[in-house]
Amino acid sequence: MIEINGLTKRFGPIIAVSSLSLQVAKGEILGFLGPNGAGKSTTMKMVSGYLVPSAGTIRILGHDIERETSAAQANIGYLPEGAPAYGDMTARHFLRFIAEVRGYAGAGARLRIEEAVSKTELSGVLDQPIETLSKGFKRRVGIAQAILHDPPVLIMDEPTDGLDPNQKHSVRTLLRTMAPEKAIIVSTHLLEEVEAVCTRAVIIDRGKIVADGTPSELLARSRYHNAVTVTLPSDQLESAKGALAPVPGVASLEEVRRSDGSVQITALPKSGALLIESVAALAAQRGWTVKEMYAEPGRLDDVFRSITTHDAAQAGNA
Amino acid sequence: MKPVIPIFRREFAAYFATPLALVFIVIFLFAMGTFTFYVGHFYDNGVADLSIFFGYHAWLYLFLIPAISMRLWAEERRTGTIELLLTLPIPVWATVLGKFLAAWLFAGLALVLTFPIWLTVNYLGHPDNGVILAGYLGSFLMAGGYLSIGSCISALTNNQVIAFVVSVVACFLFTISGAPLVIDVFHDWAPLMVIDTISSFSFLTHFSTIAVGVIDARDIFFFLSLITLFLMANVVIVELKKSG
Repeated sequence: MIEINGLTKRFGPIIAVSSLSLQVAKGEILGFLGPNGAGKSTTMKMVSGYLVPSAGTIRILGHDIERETSAAQANIGYLPEGAPAYGDMTARHFLRFIAEVRGYAGAGARLRIEEAVSKTELSGVLDQPIETLSKGFKRRVGIAQAILHDPPVLIMDEPTDGLDPNQKHSVRTLLRTMAPEKAIIVSTHLLEEVEAVCTRAVIIDRGKIVADGTPSELLARSRYHNAVTVTLPSDQLESAKGALAPVPGVASLEEVRRSDGSVQITALPKSGALLIESVAALAAQRGWTVKEMYAEPGRLDDVFRSITTHDAAQAGNA
Repeated sequence: MKPVIPIFRREFAAYFATPLALVFIVIFLFAMGTFTFYVGHFYDNGVADLSIFFGYHAWLYLFLIPAISMRLWAEERRTGTIELLLTLPIPVWATVLGKFLAAWLFAGLALVLTFPIWLTVNYLGHPDNGVILAGYLGSFLMAGGYLSIGSCISALTNNQVIAFVVSVVACFLFTISGAPLVIDVFHDWAPLMVIDTISSFSFLTHFSTIAVGVIDARDIFFFLSLITLFLMANVVIVELKKSG
């Protein structure tokens, strides 16, 4: 439903987005990740028709965003960065304005507004001016205007920014319930959000796509994918390290001392190796006092840092 | 025209959602009254017409109209709502027109509220109400001209103060383009045709003929075409800004 081809945006000498190509199909929730300034918002501004690309094409359900702007925009619900809205209007008047602009009138408009309001749980603040609302409510007003016309394509720039954990949860649930009928692009800084809602994750860095896959595919790239962590009393540390190091498939060991006097040892696997069974057998054989033991699916923040290399280099081993 | 209506309605209501409308109308009426009665010595004139009143309109509009127009686009850019506005499925011209019409109607409302002076002059004598009506029409058209210039300039910046100051200067040049201050600059070197063209842009010249009751189609056409021209430039500026 969203086809992006060779998308490029230059601001003077700066290349914000560099020949980016991407297709998003119905049913997908695409998590758009990247360090600050990677070009996420710029890309979304172009897809929504706010910015004109320097090169490349964007099609929304077959409509070219530059040549058939209004036809393409009619199919998009867009939440801009920071969820801007007219502060002097009440949420109700604002949503009515959006409904009217989108061609709804009378009972049709009322129905649309009611539905968007109930989905975003706004009914309690409908008659307050938007500028008096909390950040979380403002964000939800922004989401309500984006989903008001039940668009087949949703573009949301940081929809859960500024929301508390409960509100985040309800927005994610909302996205998941809408997903089967829509193509959704969500940008976020929160890696846990990608694991929680996205069917696909795209990481961009300096305007280019550097990773594209399901969250589990990305997790599989992590050094911690299938790593095994064992928590032991600290007096067993040295013997445990000695025993774990020669296990076939173990690439390296990491240890973390905890305040209660125990120690966590994490065995990182060589690529493709499965360690949990051999570590479990070893623990039983040596009679370790195991307090916890688990295998990890991987760490997305680790993948993120290793892929967006220039940041990782600056951050060192932090 | 359909998408113009919700934009127009929102814009017009926005004036009244804040004290802006009240403050503007009070100052507008106060300034009109002060100039007409104290500066213009309306009573001493001893003539039952509103020529003194209309004579100050261009000069008051010079400062009051940019105060309305400065926020039209600059405020949207500063608050980021322009991103919302330009991603709604309506053409840019409809947005430009809706905003302009709302501002024009608001200026018209302020103008209509000067009606007590019309009542006064009718109480005092027997003025030619046709001439007065023509004066109001001309004043309204002139306000539209200033507004279209101001709207266009507002689209260039996200700073309302800059929009205001630049608009005042631009409106000033259009007001006095027939006066020696402007014409003398061109007098010695420019061909007569150029000088005539420049002076023909003078709001004062076009307004003063309407204000004495001579409704010449050319004067009405001047204001309407000037408004059209600046609104088209406004559309182009908004489109160009989309290219970053």
